[in-house]
Amino acid sequence: MSGSTYYVPEQSKWPILASVALGLLAYGAAMTITSMTADRDSAGPWILGGGFLVLFYVIFGWFKDQIREEAEGLHSDQLDRSYRQGMLWFIFSEVMFFAAFFGALFYVRTFSVPWIGGEGAKGVTNMLWDGFAATWPLLQTPDMKQFPGASAVIDPWHLPLVNTVLLITSSVTVTFAHHALKEQKRRALEAWLAATIVLAVVFLYFQAVEYHEAYTELGLTLHSGIYGATFFMLTGFHGFHVMLGTTMLFVMLLRCFDGAFSPEKHFAFEAVSWYWHFVDVVWVGLFIFVYIL
Amino acid sequence: MATVDVDLPHVKDEDPHHHGPAKGIGRWLYTTNHKDIGSMYLIFSLSMFMIGGIMALIIRAELFQPGLQLVEPNFFNQMTTMHGLIMVFGAVMPAFVGLANWMIPMQIGAPDMALPRMNNWSFWILPFAFLILLSSLFMPGGAPNFGWTFYAPLSTTYAPESVTFFIFGVHIMGASSIMGAINIIATILNMRAPGMTLMKMPLFVWTWLITAFLLIAVMPVLAGVVTMMLMDIHFGTSFFNAAGGGDPVLFQHVFWFFGHPEVYIMILPAFGIISEIIPTFARKRLFGYSSMVYAVASIALLSFVVWAHHMFTVGMPLVGEVFFMFATMLIAVPTGVKVFNWVATMFRGSMTFETPMLFALAFVVLFTLGGFSGLMLAIAPADFQYHDTYFVVAHFHYVLVPGAIFSIMAATYYWLPKWTGHQLNETMGKLHFWLSFVGVNITFFPMHFVGLAGMPRRIPDYALQFADFNSMASVGAFIFGFSQLVFIYNVIQNVRAGEKASAQVWEGAQGLEWTIPSPAPYHTFSTPPKVD
Repeated sequence: MSGSTYYVPEQSKWPILASVALGLLAYGAAMTITSMTADRDSAGPWILGGGFLVLFYVIFGWFKDQIREEAEGLHSDQLDRSYRQGMLWFIFSEVMFFAAFFGALFYVRTFSVPWIGGEGAKGVTNMLWDGFAATWPLLQTPDMKQFPGASAVIDPWHLPLVNTVLLITSSVTVTFAHHALKEQKRRALEAWLAATIVLAVVFLYFQAVEYHEAYTELGLTLHSGIYGATFFMLTGFHGFHVMLGTTMLFVMLLRCFDGAFSPEKHFAFEAVSWYWHFVDVVWVGLFIFVYIL
Repeated sequence: MATVDVDLPHVKDEDPHHHGPAKGIGRWLYTTNHKDIGSMYLIFSLSMFMIGGIMALIIRAELFQPGLQLVEPNFFNQMTTMHGLIMVFGAVMPAFVGLANWMIPMQIGAPDMALPRMNNWSFWILPFAFLILLSSLFMPGGAPNFGWTFYAPLSTTYAPESVTFFIFGVHIMGASSIMGAINIIATILNMRAPGMTLMKMPLFVWTWLITAFLLIAVMPVLAGVVTMMLMDIHFGTSFFNAAGGGDPVLFQHVFWFFGHPEVYIMILPAFGIISEIIPTFARKRLFGYSSMVYAVASIALLSFVVWAHHMFTVGMPLVGEVFFMFATMLIAVPTGVKVFNWVATMFRGSMTFETPMLFALAFVVLFTLGGFSGLMLAIAPADFQYHDTYFVVAHFHYVLVPGAIFSIMAATYYWLPKWTGHQLNETMGKLHFWLSFVGVNITFFPMHFVGLAGMPRRIPDYALQFADFNSMASVGAFIFGFSQLVFIYNVIQNVRAGEKASAQVWEGAQGLEWTIPSPAPYHTFSTPPKVD
């Protein structure tokens, strides 16, 4: 490394446009949601839509620049290491985001629900809802008028089990794709990557089926007390991440068709596969702590 | 820090990658240069400091005498809330990130930050985030009025409409912090010059490495808690509503799991700055370099297991109270190590008292004072008396104003000649210091007394017996506030003109940044310097 010159990327218009996009998205989303709840019209959806347009423009343009610069050989090994470290820390931040919701789940199960039910150190809270008994899953909420509990919860041993198998398999297939890439087996790479995407899409379809069943048959909604709240927020954010991951995998597949990635240099592919493994691990946590226990 | 002998290669701008700054506004909008971005962070922070400061003066003006004089109680609440949010997220944090941007690449021998375009993005999110936050002042129902800690259900069931804008503002501001922190970690771990081993790094770099880790660990938790609020307000969930099995106290747990590491995010870089300045003006090596590193790491780790000391009175099992009390007190040990080391560095040193050193010394004394009141608050049974009084306000302002803010000022005066190439105007610097020092103590010291006597915080009116101390505090606040105009004058004056500064600037200064010319060239190192 010593003696080699440093590489500093050129000025770029993408970061400032990305900031404009985030500003529009934040303001537009806040305006849209506020006016939705207040039941009135606003310019929110337009601002939000504008934010998305700018965001997509930035995503396409910024990645295009990156790919071009890499093709020109501008990316040094040092920059490659920075990208790797950056991606790993980004995934760590995602882990902590999920940790907040897992923490909320553990807290209500261990402390607040038993306390409202009259057990434990702060059991005196039970006087607020006399006769409320703590159970988990919480089907009978303290105030059934305000938060009507579900009639039942999702059975973990049907769709969720299938989904677990699907996601774990997809983690394996993406690793096979990675090995194929390193061994220059391009057809195998494309096949395994495509298989991963198929598994991901089937997973998302089953999640949609499950949500539909929860809303229409079980009465399990965001509104049905803390069980529904934690269930939908955890599985929902996970599903959203799976969607993002699937999109990323799909882009990788298109780039593979395009002849991108060499056995030595394929950071984008690796970053996506790390992200995919992360999504998989979160699901295992969900399956155990949300569905089974 | 070990002595750093540097073999500096030619600093020339022949390389096609290394051109001067671009012309016009494009330089600032599109820049990938750590110095430009650092300057923008610092200017942004200074403007937020002024806006948050005006809000503080509105608060102090109202509290100058008992009764309701100047503002409506609801507007008073908006002022306390916005003052806190702006100072924490808009003034202190961006100032430290700005200093990190300027100094870390220079201190470790890197050409720039590891991910320069993301660096630009991290900065430019902030003006948008704070535009959204400040625009809430003009919305129907007014700005957020539930305190900077935004406890549910005040911030959910009883919140003004603008809370949703606050939530999304926090979201993008958090994205900015996370990206900034990732960039700093990648820079430190990946961009050090050959020979710059971890245990040779300047302490400012060390403290920022650990701070960046804290940021990545807890900013997502903040994002999580505001998301739960959003869902409770608009989408019918019951995270913070016991009627659905949730718990308002859950909010406080999640918030403070973010919040306590957050307060260390605002002080650890300050420790780094002080550990740079004191050796320079004591003309001695820092005493106990490695113990300083371990102390900062211990403080950071402990910060994850003490959050509930903010919640002693809200309802926790006894074992929780006891655990969080002792864990909190444990933090005094590594903090004591640091204070001891600073004092030991000065012991029998050849001390001089230039402006940065004055701020650093005031930091050591007044931060320690704030630490002691923190220890008092850590004692759970005593906290039942102190909780939510002005004693708490006095405590955290002592660690944040003569703590974090003084360290930022010390750092500015210390490194300004390196940035601008001009020697400081010591007379004006000292004027700024003494006005600030006197102002800060007149403002916040009396708050200890009224707090111990039971004056509650965040209330626009108070009982008559607190009148004298409150009018004193208000006078002090105006002295402190207006003396910052001297600071702005000093900085502008120094940027425009001044005696030419040498590369060394300060006689006793050690480290890579003092080996390069003042002002530092636009691109500091084009090839890695060698550190022995």
